[in-house]
Amino acid sequence: MKVKQISVFLENTTGRLAEVTKTIAEAGINLRAISIADTADFGILRMIVDKPDRAMKVLKESEFTAKLTDVIGIVLNDKPGGLLTVMEIFNRDGVNIEYLYSSLIKEDESVVIIFKVEDIEHGLGIVEKAGLEAIASF
Amino acid sequence: MIDLYHDREVETMDREALRALQLLRLKKTVSSALKTPFYKNRLKDVGIKSAEDLKNLTDIKKIPFTTKDDLREAYPFGLMASDRDEVVRMHASSGTTGTPTVIYQTQGDLDRWTDLTTRSLVSAGCRKEDIFQNMMTYGLFTGGIGLHYGAENLGMLVIPVSSGNTKRQFQLMKDFGTTVVHATPSYMLYLHSKMEEYGYTLSDFRLKKALVGAEPHSEEIREKIETLFGIDAYNSYGLSEMNGPSVAFECEKKAGMHLWEDSYLMEVVDENTLEEIPDGETGELVLSILIRTATPILRYRTRDLTSIIPGKCSCGRISRRISRIKGRTDDMLIINGVNVFPSQIEEVIMKMPEIGTNYRIVVKKEGILDRLIVQTEVGASIFSDDARDMNKLQKRIIDNLRASITISPTVELHEPGVLPVQEGKAIRVVDERGGNG
Repeated sequence: MKVKQISVFLENTTGRLAEVTKTIAEAGINLRAISIADTADFGILRMIVDKPDRAMKVLKESEFTAKLTDVIGIVLNDKPGGLLTVMEIFNRDGVNIEYLYSSLIKEDESVVIIFKVEDIEHGLGIVEKAGLEAIASF
Repeated sequence: MIDLYHDREVETMDREALRALQLLRLKKTVSSALKTPFYKNRLKDVGIKSAEDLKNLTDIKKIPFTTKDDLREAYPFGLMASDRDEVVRMHASSGTTGTPTVIYQTQGDLDRWTDLTTRSLVSAGCRKEDIFQNMMTYGLFTGGIGLHYGAENLGMLVIPVSSGNTKRQFQLMKDFGTTVVHATPSYMLYLHSKMEEYGYTLSDFRLKKALVGAEPHSEEIREKIETLFGIDAYNSYGLSEMNGPSVAFECEKKAGMHLWEDSYLMEVVDENTLEEIPDGETGELVLSILIRTATPILRYRTRDLTSIIPGKCSCGRISRRISRIKGRTDDMLIINGVNVFPSQIEEVIMKMPEIGTNYRIVVKKEGILDRLIVQTEVGASIFSDDARDMNKLQKRIIDNLRASITISPTVELHEPGVLPVQEGKAIRVVDERGGNG
C-alpha cells in the first residue's frame, strides 16, 4: 500500500520550520516520520502524519506551499542487514530510489523506512512479491 | 616636440568656427534623416522638408526628441539612411524590452568614429609606444570594438583580450608589458583584489594608465583605482546610440570629460520641462550625432544626468566638458557595466507562466562586483517534492534571463506571499549598492 507524504517548500529563513511544526501541532496532528532535503537556497520538508488530509488542509490555510506525494513505508527487521535486504531486491529488480528516510515508529524488533521510488506501482509490486510488508497507514 | 593633440585644427578651433562646422554637419545629418522612414514624417511635421530649412543651430529645437522607445519602434531598419550594401557594421544595445536598438555604420562612419576614438586616446595621454590591453567586452556591445580601432589607428600595440578571464588578463599584462588598460571601474577594483591570489605584485606590471567607462563612478573610485595601481585613470563616456565610447573623454587635466562638439551637438535639459538649462546645472543630456550617415539620430534623450562645466579647459581644447554622470532619469540598471532594464526581466518572467507574476529585483555589491538577484515565487502548481526539479526550474529561469539581458543573475525561489506585493514598477527594484559604486 502507498503512504501519503506531505512535502512543504521552505525558505531558508529562521523560524519557518517552527511555523510549520506549530501549524501541525495546533491541528492535533501527530508526526510519524520527518526529513528535510536542503539545497543552498531552499529546503523541502517531508512528513508522514497520522491525518494527512487534515494536515494538507491546515497547511494550505496557513499559506504554505505543500504537496502530497505517494511513498512506500516498508517494515524491516531492526538488526544488521535489515535495510540491505530491501536494497538488494530493489537493485536486482531495477527499482530506482529517489530518497529514503526512517520513521519514528519502532515496534518490538521492527522499524519502518520510507522510500520514494521513481515508479511507485513497480516498486510496490516488487515489495509485495518479495514478501516484504508495506504499511497502509500510520 | 610631440603634439599633444590628435587633430589640432579641429580640437582648438574657435567657437564661431566650431558652430559653423556644427551647422554644416547638422544639415548633413538632417539630410540623411529625411531618407529614413522614422524621421521623414517627424521632420516634415515640424516644417523641415530639406536640410536648408535649418538656418541656424537653434533651429534644432524644432525637432522633436528621440527616445529609446522610438529607436525600438524603428527596429530593425526604420533608421537606416544608407543603402544596405553601403552599411558595413551594426551594433545593438539592450532595449527596455527584448527588442534591442540597432545602429548601422558605413565605412566612412566607422572611419570618423575611429578618428574620434584616436583623439580621445591621445587626449588621455596615450601614445603609439603604448601597449593597450582592451578589457572591455567585444561584440554587439560597442565598448570593446570602439576603442580598438582608435588604438590601432594611433599605432599602439592592441591586445584584444575582451572582458573576463582574470588569470589571462594578468598573464598578458605581465608578459607584454601592458601600459594602458580599458575596463569598467569595477573590474579594475576586482583585478586589484585578485592580484595576490594569482601570485602577482605591482612590480610585475608596467601599467601607467586606465581608461575607465561604461558605468557611472565617483571621483573617490577613480582615486582608489589610481592609488591601488599607482596609475592615472581617465573617465570615458559613450552610448551605442551615439556610436559608443568616445562621445566624451577626459584629457590629461582630469577636469571633466570633453564632449566632442564637432561630432555631437549637446543640450542639457530639465528632465521634466525638457527646457534647456544653464551651464553648471544638472539635467538630462540630449545628443545629436553629426558624423554618422547610416543611422542619423537627432536630439536623443540619453537619460543620463550631467552638467556642462563652465569655462575653458587648460588643455586648450575647445569642446566643452561635462561632469561625471550623476545618475539616470529612467530605471535602467548598470550591472558591472552592462545595461539592464527591469522591464526586460519582467518580460522574461511573464513569459514563464509556471512562475508567479510577483517578483523582485535586488542589486547588491558582492565585494567589488555587482550582483543581480531576481527573486521569484514558487506556487503550489509548480512546487515539486524533488529538489532536482526545483533546481532545474531555477536554472531555466537563469538561462531565459541570460538570453535576454546577457548577464547571469542569481535566481531565488521564495514561498508565495513572502515577497512584498508590488504596485508600481519602481518598487520592484531594490538597489542596495548606494551611490555610484
